[in-house]
Amino acid sequence: MKYIKQAAIIFTVSFIAELMEQLIPIPVAASIYGLALMLIGLVTKIIPLEKVEAVADFMVEIMPVLFIPPTVSIMASVDAIREMLIPLVIISVVSTILIMAVTGRVSQHIIRGDRAKADRSESAVTGGHADE
Amino acid sequence: MNELLSQTVFFGIFITLISYQAGLWIKRRTKLALANPLLMAVIMIILFLLIFNVDYETYEKGADYISIFLTPATVSLAVPLYRRIELLRSYPKAIFAGIAAGVLTAMVSIFVMSLAFGLNHQEYVTLLPKSITTAIALGVSEKMGGIIGITVVAVSITGILGNIAAETILKIFKIDEPIAKGLAIGTGAHALGTSRAMEIGEIEGAMSSLSIVVAGIMTVIAVSVFALFI
Repeated sequence: MKYIKQAAIIFTVSFIAELMEQLIPIPVAASIYGLALMLIGLVTKIIPLEKVEAVADFMVEIMPVLFIPPTVSIMASVDAIREMLIPLVIISVVSTILIMAVTGRVSQHIIRGDRAKADRSESAVTGGHADE
Repeated sequence: MNELLSQTVFFGIFITLISYQAGLWIKRRTKLALANPLLMAVIMIILFLLIFNVDYETYEKGADYISIFLTPATVSLAVPLYRRIELLRSYPKAIFAGIAAGVLTAMVSIFVMSLAFGLNHQEYVTLLPKSITTAIALGVSEKMGGIIGITVVAVSITGILGNIAAETILKIFKIDEPIAKGLAIGTGAHALGTSRAMEIGEIEGAMSSLSIVVAGIMTVIAVSVFALFI
């Protein structure tokens, strides 16, 4: 019965999220409301981790399979795609590489900066002997 | 063939699961990065449908029962995210600034390239939300008057590229901090990239799933401004 109960919680959150999508007039998908709700539930302990984690881990594990049908739907819009194929592919590929590079470099730079600062203040407290 | 299969519901589910198994098998055998099980499965299914002249609707009838689980699966992403929540709290600046920089890069690069290719307003807004998760991207595209079918393709190309090439891209740009890697993958290649990030490591996976939400929300706001430019 453990799995039924866990699934019940996850699907209840999904349902509430769908209602929010319908009722709130901004273009945000149900899955995003649901993710936010579940995270808030876990952080506030309203939903204890052990009451959802077995089914949630299973759902996350099968996620790649869930993306197969929407990706196959490409073949249903072949004509529209053919008209702008080259810009479509180039823009998609180039922007993805740029986004990853910029996001990664900016966050890495800040993390290392913070870490270096933390190290310096630590060695200042210990009189700088720590490194020597 | 189509007539017979259109009478069944399990055809779509059957071919999806079997193709994925075959994809996993090819991946294990060849160990090639390009032998991505998801990509292999999609190619096998499309080829099967084309060769045996089976309508997409016949496949969709069963496959829809699989894709409806995307919402609860995305909801479930909160669990790996929650397990790493302490880590998220320790680098709020890096997370926020990194994702914001990524979303801005998305907007500016798509704007500049759309200008270079001479795309019209409709084509431009169709591509603007391409780096975020399908469900939000479709909402944005529809709201802005874009072509939804093409948005799906752009989102898929982005996700598949992220899934296959994320590690290579990160290596080229010397990004090796697990947190930065996760943020880059999630912001650049949404949920499809995240499923790869989860295989790289739990920190990468958690950061990547966090980025889907944050980048998704930031993009909704940013698109409403950038849509005015072309």
